[in-house]
Amino acid sequence: MSEQERIQRPKATRSREDVVEVRPEASRADQLKADLDDLLDEIDDVLEENAEEFVRNYIQKGGQ
Amino acid sequence: MALPKVVGIETEFGIRGGPDGDPVTSSTLVVTAYARRMAAPIAWDFDDESPGRDARDLVAGPSYAPVIETHLANAVLPNGARFYVDHAHPEYSSPECRTPLQAVLYDQAGENVLRHAMAEANAELPPAQHIGLYKNNSDGKGNSYGCHENYLVRRDVAFRDLVVAMVPHFVSRQVVVGAGKVGAELEHTRAARPAFQLSQRAEFFEEVVGLETTLRRPIINTRDEPHGDPSRFRRLHVIIGDANLSPVATAVKLGATALLLAALEDEGLGAFPSPPREPVAALRSLALDPTLTATIELESGVAWTAWDLQDCLWHLASDYAERTGAPAVAEPDEVAFLLVQWREMLDGVRDDHEAVADRVDWVAKRRIVDGYRARYDLAPTDARLQAIDLQYHDVDPARSLAARVGLRALHASGDIARAVSSPPDSTRAFFRGQCVARYPDDVVAANWDSVVFDLGTGPLHKVPTADPLRGTAALTADLFANAPHARDLLAALEG
Repeated sequence: MSEQERIQRPKATRSREDVVEVRPEASRADQLKADLDDLLDEIDDVLEENAEEFVRNYIQKGGQ
Repeated sequence: MALPKVVGIETEFGIRGGPDGDPVTSSTLVVTAYARRMAAPIAWDFDDESPGRDARDLVAGPSYAPVIETHLANAVLPNGARFYVDHAHPEYSSPECRTPLQAVLYDQAGENVLRHAMAEANAELPPAQHIGLYKNNSDGKGNSYGCHENYLVRRDVAFRDLVVAMVPHFVSRQVVVGAGKVGAELEHTRAARPAFQLSQRAEFFEEVVGLETTLRRPIINTRDEPHGDPSRFRRLHVIIGDANLSPVATAVKLGATALLLAALEDEGLGAFPSPPREPVAALRSLALDPTLTATIELESGVAWTAWDLQDCLWHLASDYAERTGAPAVAEPDEVAFLLVQWREMLDGVRDDHEAVADRVDWVAKRRIVDGYRARYDLAPTDARLQAIDLQYHDVDPARSLAARVGLRALHASGDIARAVSSPPDSTRAFFRGQCVARYPDDVVAANWDSVVFDLGTGPLHKVPTADPLRGTAALTADLFANAPHARDLLAALEG
């Protein structure tokens, strides 16, 4: 779930029945997964397109 | 009493691209492009360099010290750092700093320098030849380059005691401050087919103690080049670290090591854990185990994990700080901060990776490598995973993955920017940096322990700075304020 979806969800439509007990560790896991998904999206945007060539051509002379 | 732990970090950066693909050409372009921004590039004075001097009295067998290349590009920066071409890499050697947090500030200032240098060099190159820089330690093909730390240590501490005290730390600290690596690159490690290692550097180490830094790399380097009064000072030159992108990891890397060295100086070997029976094998095997459950045998006969060793060392450092305040390392608040971070990172790597993914580089990197691998169902050897590893270390903020994973900051960006042009005020780097900033036309060469002036007439004037703890703002700020010209400074110093 994106940040925007979370914010736009109208609070007024929630009824008491919608309120379920959330175990803190479960919600934390969901949040972590959402954060990681966002991060992986961002990595997709900036990661070198031709990874194979990029990795192959990265050759260094040894240093200290 | 423990000596104040003057610390510094030297980082060799990986480099790609350039007009002819030759890393020496590209590195030279990067350094000279940056040096041009300064009034005049300042030479390095090699008179006092002695990388072949060995801290042990006798060296068994042939031993090859690194060759000093005096013809390559070099600049001394107004913050007291040295920026130059070392072998086939641009290297930034931070100014001498008085505390670990200050050294982190100047390490990050170095990242700024490299970013600007890269932009300056690329402005004159066609896009196809643009240079990229990487704050990492290996190319994934068996070539490694260093991120070295330096610590001021009392000369009268027996070198053998330094070895016994510090080997357990250098073998095990990778669980907290390792930068992480996808796969393996040397034959002995590839056999284990690791998907991920804790450390960039671990598999490149072959000896416990030795003089070399470019081959047969030792866990403890014996280069005896104090860059100061050799009767009082030793500079422990630590070559085993990974270059960290996490500022907190850099702080803990320096802070933990400085605390242990101070504890050794003040209280001796008594509380230190037994060293591993086979340090090199231990170092390598621990790197291969992100579960942190692998044990190694200590000389005492017990089997410990790297975590056990770090836990023992943390308690040693913490007890020492409680007893003495550890003023040799930093002010009480900073010492407390370093110990808390070290503790939290240590507990986090065992119990809760997500809690320390904002501080532990290998955890942050492994999180995105594993996440990406799971998302696209990739083989562990997929080039995209290695690309993530490389790009984690990219100096270019538009490409850096470390800049995106949410690493916790230690210093405000404005403070880091200021540290590019102003030196630390509580070491001799203050004197060097002020000389370079104020009298750029008159300083012809500098070195860690001297600044050389040419006033245009008469002989060159060499001002020695043999004590890393003098030449501070407290001792020289008035001198500089009353010396508009270099000749005024020299007259005041010589008068």
